[in-house]
Amino acid sequence: MNAAPAHGTLSAPLVVEFPFTRSLGPVQSAFLTGLRERTVLGVRTADGRTLVPPAEYDPDTAAELRDLVEVGRTGTVTTWAWNSAPRRGQPLRHPFAWALVRLDGADTALLHALDVPGGPAQVRTGMRVRIRWAEERSGAITDIACFEPAADAADDSTRPAARPHSGAFADPVHGIVAEARLDYTYTPGRAQTRYLEALARHRTLGERCPGCRKVYVPPRGACPTCGVPTAEQVEVGPAGTVTTFCVVNIKAKGLDIEVPYVYAHIALDGAGLALHGRIAGIPYDQVRMGLRVEPVWTEGGRHPDHYRPTGEPDAAPETYQELL
Amino acid sequence: MTIRNGLPEVAVVAFAQTAHVRAADDLSEVEMLLPVLREVLERTGLSAGAVDFTCSGSCDYLAGRAFSFTMALDGVGAWPPISESHVEADGAWALHEAWVKLLTGRAETALVYAYGKSSAGDLPAVLTRQLDPYYLAPLWPDSVSLAALQTRALLDAGGTDERELAGIAARSRNAAEANPYAQLTGSPSADALLESDHLVGPLRLHDVPPVSDGAAALVLAAGDTARRLCGTGRRPAWIRGMDHRIEAHSLGVRDLTDSPSTRLAAERAGLFDPQAPPPDVAELHTPFTAQEVVLRKALRLGPGTAVNPSGGPLAANPVMAAGLIRIGEAAERVACGEARRAVAHATSGPCLQHNLVAVLESDAAADGPGSHGAEEERG
Repeated sequence: MNAAPAHGTLSAPLVVEFPFTRSLGPVQSAFLTGLRERTVLGVRTADGRTLVPPAEYDPDTAAELRDLVEVGRTGTVTTWAWNSAPRRGQPLRHPFAWALVRLDGADTALLHALDVPGGPAQVRTGMRVRIRWAEERSGAITDIACFEPAADAADDSTRPAARPHSGAFADPVHGIVAEARLDYTYTPGRAQTRYLEALARHRTLGERCPGCRKVYVPPRGACPTCGVPTAEQVEVGPAGTVTTFCVVNIKAKGLDIEVPYVYAHIALDGAGLALHGRIAGIPYDQVRMGLRVEPVWTEGGRHPDHYRPTGEPDAAPETYQELL
Repeated sequence: MTIRNGLPEVAVVAFAQTAHVRAADDLSEVEMLLPVLREVLERTGLSAGAVDFTCSGSCDYLAGRAFSFTMALDGVGAWPPISESHVEADGAWALHEAWVKLLTGRAETALVYAYGKSSAGDLPAVLTRQLDPYYLAPLWPDSVSLAALQTRALLDAGGTDERELAGIAARSRNAAEANPYAQLTGSPSADALLESDHLVGPLRLHDVPPVSDGAAALVLAAGDTARRLCGTGRRPAWIRGMDHRIEAHSLGVRDLTDSPSTRLAAERAGLFDPQAPPPDVAELHTPFTAQEVVLRKALRLGPGTAVNPSGGPLAANPVMAAGLIRIGEAAERVACGEARRAVAHATSGPCLQHNLVAVLESDAAADGPGSHGAEEERG
């Protein structure tokens, strides 16, 4: 973690990645497989409109749509925006126009990038554009690399109409993997920053509720029972009592600890609730409720590595039964 | 309890919001939220346990924290267990749920809150994750670019011009000078704004909302409880009607220059009631300037209605709270007697896909000659 100089609170990078595997309906499957084969399919609604990109259900009536048609690979820009600073994941790395394009034979427009090397002065609503296909295609919207300007100046009357299509292709795609990554800067807030900074100095800081007087460890800035801020800092521990525990027999990925080991809830002296930690320095089958333990720090560690017995007599059950 | 058309009358009786900032990075979400929760509870004299129903709106994607709303409940004091609900949407939809709960008669008071800490992530990228995952999300079209497509469509259709849009930006941010909670206040003239370069053409920086961290809370109450809780010298802001409507998700099937869902929601909320006067105030959830033009038309707002006197989302846009704040701001105008009738709007989804409209009135409006429908008092 790095200290954020402006506020003195801690911050750390946090990356969230979530690759969703999504199944496709029959219309979506035909459309995306079609793109792989450089064929653009739309779907016809009961009132005779052709939707591109096609939907499984009519957006107006919710009627199931299955009447596939093939439309042109050239179309007309219905609106556009100039993206001078493309972001990660967008179709082109250099400045481009986002455009809604109504392909010839379609009644609705498809969103994609429009590559116009001449810049925004060369783009206008109504301009004619055609699909530039991606070299490697897998059955995804990105099989269209982008649109590019088309020279054809034909008027509407000579443009091809949509024509029926079976939607059948060899080896159709039935799903897509939608990769996603979002980058965050995690900041724990005031109470947890105080806690983490004290912990780095081998001290455990709780916060007392002004209402119910309970001491929360780790503190989160509010008493979840009373709904009021907890501002009074209270040092707890270092020793504590095992309130309950489990024996872990499954080795965790990336964790260099021999199994079996004991993971326990530990009520530090003065704390109003138990935190959890690993118990070592005692055979796993001798750990018990009421065992008195103290933290063990490793060189440079920002939190206790584990807890070990203090050698004191066990705590009486009535001293910790409220903390179970 | 006051009964109207067989249902209890429900009012906003207290509202609070944070001073919105670019990054509240010294605060956790619950630390950001706590002060506004305390403020509305103290003003109504309620404790968390005394509120019949609690409902919140937020989105885990904003700060990248799974189940962040359960952590936010620490600020409410949810023990012994309370009756509680959450929507993964703007707090305006949490308010709608709470309002329905009060209409059923199963609750007399409700606490509604919302928060957004957009500074933790890259908001335009985060918002791409709400898009259709098959045809749109793989292209990562950011929220500013989608608003630019809508703005171009409106410009092409002759529905506005760049000067009008600059005027909306300048008016909003100048109005925000009177709003102590606003993040952006004051603006150069529209002419000066038009000299700047395009950000995502046709949008310039002034057409785009700030990225904001912030929270808001309000208390709803029914009938005489509302009159009792709203405090001396303040009026309950009665919710005369509220409705929300959604359009197709695909941008290419919609007319981006119009908002039929807003129009229908407004009609169902009673905004166009021929017996009622036009609203004195409209608080519209318009993060982008052109959206005000679209909404003015859909809501049939004339020159007699002050639009976004708070400065609106162009002055502070804490995502997930910005819609609830519109209702809170409109209610404040009614509470202090500045407005007898106000309309509030909240939106969700790309390019005004989903819209909520609430009509708020003071007692005076209901009792006066503009009153619509009979009102009967029952014990």
